[in-house]
Amino acid sequence: MTQVNAVRRPANPLDETRDRTPAPPAAAKESAVVVYKGQSYWSNVGRRLRSDPTTVVCGLIVLAIILVSVFAPLIAPMDPYQAKMLGRLAPIGTAGHPLGTDELGRDMLSRLIYGGRISLMMGLTPVGVALAVGGLLGVVAGYAGGWVNMMIMRFMDVFYAFPSIMLAIAISGALGAGIGNGMLALTLVLIPSITRVTESVTTQVRAYDFVDAARATGASTTRVIVTHVLSNVLGPIFIFATSLVSVSIIIASGLSFLGLGVSPPEADWGLMLSTLRQAIYINPMLCALPGIMIFVTSLCFNLMSDGLRSAMDVRL
Amino acid sequence: MTAAARMEKVAIAPDGGALAKSSAQPLLIVRNLRKYFPVKGGLLNRSVAQVKAVDGVSFQVMAGEVLGIVGESGCGKSTTARLLMHLLTPDEGEVIFDGLGLGARDGMTVKELRRNAQMVFQDSYASLNPRLPVEDTIAFGPMVHGLPRAEAKQRARGLLEDVGLAPERFGRRYPHELSGGQRQRINIARALALQPRLVFLDEAVSALDKSVEAQVLNLLVDLKEEFNLTYVFISHDLNVVHYISDRVLVMYLGKVVEVGPVGSVYSRPAHPYTRALLSSQPSMDPDRRKTEPPLSGDPPTPINPPSGCRFRTRCAFAEEICGRVEPPLLGFGDAGAHQSACHMNSAGSGHSLAAPAGTAA
Amino acid sequence: MALSAAMKSEAPSAAPAEKIVEVEDLHVKFVSKDATVHAVNGVTFNLDRGEVLCILGESGSGKSVTLRALMRLLPERRTRLSGRIQVAGHDIMTLNAAGLSRVRGEVVSMIFQEPMTALDPVFTIGRQIAETVLRHEDVTREDAYKRALDLLELVQIPSARRRLHAYPHELSGGLRQRAMIAIALSCRPAILLADEPTTALDATVQIQILLLLRQLQEDLGMGVIFVTHDLGVAGEIADRIAVMYAGRFVETGPVRGVMRDPLHPYTQGLMASTVHGHMKGQRLRTIEGAPPNLESVSDGCSFAPRCAHATDRCLVRPPDERRPSAGRMARCVLVDD
Repeated sequence: MTQVNAVRRPANPLDETRDRTPAPPAAAKESAVVVYKGQSYWSNVGRRLRSDPTTVVCGLIVLAIILVSVFAPLIAPMDPYQAKMLGRLAPIGTAGHPLGTDELGRDMLSRLIYGGRISLMMGLTPVGVALAVGGLLGVVAGYAGGWVNMMIMRFMDVFYAFPSIMLAIAISGALGAGIGNGMLALTLVLIPSITRVTESVTTQVRAYDFVDAARATGASTTRVIVTHVLSNVLGPIFIFATSLVSVSIIIASGLSFLGLGVSPPEADWGLMLSTLRQAIYINPMLCALPGIMIFVTSLCFNLMSDGLRSAMDVRL
Repeated sequence: MTAAARMEKVAIAPDGGALAKSSAQPLLIVRNLRKYFPVKGGLLNRSVAQVKAVDGVSFQVMAGEVLGIVGESGCGKSTTARLLMHLLTPDEGEVIFDGLGLGARDGMTVKELRRNAQMVFQDSYASLNPRLPVEDTIAFGPMVHGLPRAEAKQRARGLLEDVGLAPERFGRRYPHELSGGQRQRINIARALALQPRLVFLDEAVSALDKSVEAQVLNLLVDLKEEFNLTYVFISHDLNVVHYISDRVLVMYLGKVVEVGPVGSVYSRPAHPYTRALLSSQPSMDPDRRKTEPPLSGDPPTPINPPSGCRFRTRCAFAEEICGRVEPPLLGFGDAGAHQSACHMNSAGSGHSLAAPAGTAA
Repeated sequence: MALSAAMKSEAPSAAPAEKIVEVEDLHVKFVSKDATVHAVNGVTFNLDRGEVLCILGESGSGKSVTLRALMRLLPERRTRLSGRIQVAGHDIMTLNAAGLSRVRGEVVSMIFQEPMTALDPVFTIGRQIAETVLRHEDVTREDAYKRALDLLELVQIPSARRRLHAYPHELSGGLRQRAMIAIALSCRPAILLADEPTTALDATVQIQILLLLRQLQEDLGMGVIFVTHDLGVAGEIADRIAVMYAGRFVETGPVRGVMRDPLHPYTQGLMASTVHGHMKGQRLRTIEGAPPNLESVSDGCSFAPRCAHATDRCLVRPPDERRPSAGRMARCVLVDD
């Protein structure tokens, strides 16, 4: 076989190979040649995200909520479990309790801060796990096609047929109450939709010529998927997953509201909504507070997901 | 190599008679290649019909030549290339590469085939992975076959230079930062990364502007000389195929209808379809405009091809025999190098225009 | 070819050449957050009644944008149009939405490259033709369908009566293209705009459609502006050719003149680099370099970076139009006036 690089053609300055993008600032002529580093797709996406005000604001809000939840023991002014029967349902603005107290006299602000931990965990963890499991199943189904695809997708369809919250309630009820079971139920509920989206995107990418070219080099299926398919499939799946976070937070709150997730005296926004129901005629604003937190968090994730989608929709 | 010397090497006899060039053993022999695609439908998504995309295709490719394959949509030329690269699994057929049967016991495995034969795809955004710098795309093949990363990158950079792109300026770029012609050069470099002997070019210049097409064609000719390659050039553009090929093969609805030296086929086409195809080319001379289209109607789909000769539904010379018997691919003229599948050219076939049986071709 | 009597009688008789399209100094810019693309940079031309003008150019030359500007089919928000566009007496730039809607289809209509996306997949082609007729003319539904049938026969669709009730996906590529031509002609426009209508078709179908278009153009006396990148197609169908590069017409003239004796270096390069069988064995002549990035307007001639004859004069300002003989124009300092 002839050796590559046998003949070097002299560079023709007027050749078509003259690039269209402007040259990078020239380094010193004597030193080594300037290596032009391309603008990758993800760096483009990052740039567009940073320039979108809605996404930035929502991102900061979410970051703030997460940080507050993580550092709850340091930030919360009082013990969230400290009950005080005499000071029940104190209105917002009471001295010592800036956001009032709940039906057992516990400080609302502290409970909201601590509640964020569980609510966020129940919202984010199932999405993360479902992304891993559903993503894997979807890629396998999309790449393999044929009966493997049929088996996986029809199996998912069974779960998909149930409305998500009913399915979550059913699974959770069967497993029993508790945070762990609640998260498991949510994960199982989220997997089918992620699988479906992943399969659809993978099927599209699978048909592209560069995947065929990679197969044509004799690479194993795993290698082709890891190097070529995954990076192209991750984008749309990630968008979908971030939009699922908001759904997950709401369903998690719903489960807790129904008593299937967290149990008292844990602080959790959904549970707080449930227990504060009785106070709705006495102090309506107090009941709204956990709801507002759920709403804000969920909305911010949703808007970030939208921002991500339009940033990734860049026509290259 | 000076430009003049390079031009000399490229020049071939005007009638394209180049068969005496290389050794007698063909590099690639294809026999009775067949691929049907099921058409799903009905309640349980069962197969209701079959797309007979490639139906008994046989040909040879000699080492060092350029075999052009032409045909319109539905003829099966792209499917044939993919079958030969084993990107699709043939239903039937024998492929012999350099004397070794593919899949035979002491023949060649598919992985070995992939080291010997590679493909250049049509330029589109889908031909290169948008997430990888082009250098990595080129280096992927060698790494798959065991070359350490650093050496693979080195080879990739060398190839970039060979296709005329400075490695420092283009190596780390992403496909979206390149023009169509540059992307196609990357496609070519990727195909050459495994140092193949045979390269399939599937509409490799079709999506490019005319001025860029000329540059890439020049590059392909240079690379062929430099690396001693054999090309199978698939295109719908008859002019480009005429320019670059030594021999040409014409396909229609999954079958080979004519094959032969390019000069012979283009100046004395034997099959009525080839004749119609050649005269369908719009002329660049405004004084020689056509008044009648050579062929009416659209090419039929390969789902239920006509019985016998598949071209008979559009052929001006179709007769009863054409519907009954499929015409075999027969040679005529000197050494039988020019072959066509038409009853009119086969002595004793029963067609009114054919020579009577027993006549020398 | 049988042309229904009704259509033929209404075709304008051979009238003295009058200008039905007048374009003066057309500029089209696309503005977005990232960049401004100067797609068309000062295009001026006229079209006579019954004439076929071919706009020849490669990708990025601005030819499709010019065509769409004639009907203002460009996205409203991002586009900045300037210049004068007069189509059969209507001033396109000042028309409001209602006026535009009336002009489109009745006075000027367009056929596109990809018939599958240009036809609505959920309606039969008979319905789509009839709908256009009903939109513009005051006839009954029955008459509209009758006209649709006449049109399908005009574009030589076999079994026209049956095909009236066919959906686009049931037709082959060539038939879909004919159906699109039928829709475009349904209101007997004076001008037909064609945006690479044969590029996506097979060779044997392409020649049929080209001949059909030529026949229809002769019979109905329409003015046609045909955009293509294929020199062969231009040779087959054009009366006049305008070569476009980087948003400007760099050469115009009658088809024989431009193809046999091109004046502008770009046109010469295009002719020379178009691949032909008789170039076999020789190295192909190429135009070096690549088309310019339209995000910036160059000071001088936009072709200068790739031109073998470029001098300092070429970099100062864009060359003005030189007319060496009647009907020929070239934007090059090397061409004498």
